Amino acid sequence: MFGPLIVKPEKSKGDKTGSWRIKVRPKYLQKNCIACKMCLLVCPENCIIGKEKNAFSTDYNFCKGCGLCAVVCPKADIEMVEEESLEDKKGMAK
Amino acid sequence: MKEFLEGSRAVAEIIKLCKPGVISAYPITPQTHIVEELAQMVANGELSSQFINVESEHSAASVVLGASATGVRTFTATSSQGLFYMGEVIFNIAGVRLPLVMTCANRAISAPINIWNDQQDSISLRDAGWIQLYAENVQESADFHLIGYRVSEDKSIMLPVMICMDGFILTHGIESVDMPKQAQVDKFLPAYKALYKLDPSEPLTMGILADPDYYMEARYAIHATFKDVLELLPKVSQEFSDIFGRDYKDLLVEEYFTKDAEKVIVAMGSVCGTIKEVVDELRAKGKKVGLLRIISYRPFPYARIYEALKNVSKVAILDKSVSLGAYAPLASEIKSVFSNKKKLPKVISSFVAGLGGRDITLESIREIFRKLNAKELVQEFIDLKPELLKEQYE
Amino acid sequence: MNDRLLFKPGHTACAGCGQAIAARIVIETAGPNTIIANNTGCLEVFTTRYPESAWNVPWIHSLFENAPAVASGIEAALIYMGKKEGVNIIAQAGDGGTADIGLQALSGMWERGQDILSICYDNEAYENTGIQRSGATPYGTNTTTTPVGAKSTGNLRSKKNIPEIAVAHGIPYVATASVAFIQDLQRKVKKAISIKGSKYIQIHVPCPLGWRHQANETLLVAKLAVETGLYPLIEYENGNFLSCRKITPKPVEEYLKIQGRFKHLLNNPQELKKIQDIADNNIKKYALKMESQ
Repeated sequence: MFGPLIVKPEKSKGDKTGSWRIKVRPKYLQKNCIACKMCLLVCPENCIIGKEKNAFSTDYNFCKGCGLCAVVCPKADIEMVEEESLEDKKGMAK
Repeated sequence: MKEFLEGSRAVAEIIKLCKPGVISAYPITPQTHIVEELAQMVANGELSSQFINVESEHSAASVVLGASATGVRTFTATSSQGLFYMGEVIFNIAGVRLPLVMTCANRAISAPINIWNDQQDSISLRDAGWIQLYAENVQESADFHLIGYRVSEDKSIMLPVMICMDGFILTHGIESVDMPKQAQVDKFLPAYKALYKLDPSEPLTMGILADPDYYMEARYAIHATFKDVLELLPKVSQEFSDIFGRDYKDLLVEEYFTKDAEKVIVAMGSVCGTIKEVVDELRAKGKKVGLLRIISYRPFPYARIYEALKNVSKVAILDKSVSLGAYAPLASEIKSVFSNKKKLPKVISSFVAGLGGRDITLESIREIFRKLNAKELVQEFIDLKPELLKEQYE
Repeated sequence: MNDRLLFKPGHTACAGCGQAIAARIVIETAGPNTIIANNTGCLEVFTTRYPESAWNVPWIHSLFENAPAVASGIEAALIYMGKKEGVNIIAQAGDGGTADIGLQALSGMWERGQDILSICYDNEAYENTGIQRSGATPYGTNTTTTPVGAKSTGNLRSKKNIPEIAVAHGIPYVATASVAFIQDLQRKVKKAISIKGSKYIQIHVPCPLGWRHQANETLLVAKLAVETGLYPLIEYENGNFLSCRKITPKPVEEYLKIQGRFKHLLNNPQELKKIQDIADNNIKKYALKMESQ
């Protein structure tokens, strides 16, 4: 019988909230990054990964484009760019 | 061994033998003696439960909810306004599918405020997803708690159980009771092993939001489980009888001289003791009368009731609660048993009695049998005082 | 960071949600040996919609107002089983679930002194139901139940002081924090869970939708609340005032002008003065002002 409604978190894949982005997305320039991890700390989605300098990136499947990572970056190494103008679209949510 | 015990004491003794990990309660008359006894047992070191005193019934129910979700056996008790204040937690416990047992010391609902017995409190929570068993006497009050845990924790059920015992009449009444031994209880009720629990080594999310794609199935699943409860209760009753020697038959209803009866009263709880006395008295005079006692009000044993009453010509339903503006709750459900049935009683009359602790005497019961004549009474309140009804507010 | 994500992506909070940031910081700081009881509210709705769950720790939601009582049952059960050692229990709620409907259960839990950390994600209104006023809504706020009109300049009452109510219970640790000061928040959570007994942390979490600011201004708004003195970051231990975050006070307009919920006040010097007075009182009361060097 259906239920109880109990979820094992490892089975939860999450919603593909990247589709919510309507205008801008963060672009990780990976030039002046000092690996301070502030972007990672402030991300409401927890979808930024990276440990080493100039190696941080976001998972566009989940990123809603709020832009807080770009605001918090002390090195201005994250830019919010127009969704359309992005030359490389391979990271887009499918 | 039989001993004279107050109903509350007997319940507390049984709960002690069930070894709950967490007990939480908030005082309300007439439930207090049960939790006071348990608190004393914990204070004496006879019982190793965590006893949590809380600031309200809402929190008492929430504490046992949290404890049950963490994988321990739990107990709470309440009454009347306390049950209502728990109301949303009561629905929630069943919805999350958590097993536990709670005593409802049945008491009238305010206003006017009244601490005496009727069954309006638990009856009003009938749709909450709890199994409800109604006890007739102190022995049953104690035994049903034990049975309650066994049914509640069954892996195929996982629903809470409310043991309804009439306030004062049973909670404060002293009767001869056969108290079981720990070894018997342990045999009947093994240590609780949770099917799912909050445990950091295996994280689970409980109490989740269900949108229109899932909500109905979750509710239907509880409804369907009640059908399994109908099948489980007789089996558990048999196990109980094998170990403790007391036979509650199918645990759904009790038939008292119904087989050849022409007039039968249907009722629940302690008033059935009074009805049995009148049945004995009238049977001695050759009158074919009987009693059908509903033990399991949720799940409601429609088929079983149909079998018991289909050949009875006149049925009286005695409710100790009302659905203001409609048929009394038990009456409307008994009536619905016979919808679209070929065999049915000629008369099904509804009687409301004993509200707010008004005594239901032997004479009250005789009157119901007398009134149960060829003409169906839509609904009659027994022992009303007509002189009071004439008074007007000025 | 834990190797296992304790708060997973794919939840459905609004873009730039302050509460989502704070909730993640709290659980990442508390670590995997944590059990959470969550009141009804935004956080519960956006993280646990069947069959999804953002929580990689044991997590339960029951009702709007009972998480502290549910958490109390969790603690009691763990103690009974001898499994309490090393497990943190968090009861978390929004400001409505804390300051209004849940205050009774919370007070009961504090009074019992149970070893539970209660967290209030304070976004200063019932955001989940559509931005209605709560007891934690500041003076002058335009909400859907304290709307601005010819005869109204928004919420008439001042924010209820829950931290002081918490302190009055005699619990060992009480703090306010802000999503703008993440290291401070981490430190406070770490400190709270190191203390046995009931703890309370109230975290200021801007809500872009309800406060009407840009999604990328969440941290800025939260920072200005602290820097104007409107949201003092304070800490009490065993009833004693321990510390506060010192500020060089900025005028309250700087905080108010970037939020739609306060827009109506900007040309109203009388009302602005009242809000500046609230900030000034805080600055005085908690000695927030940085000493000149």
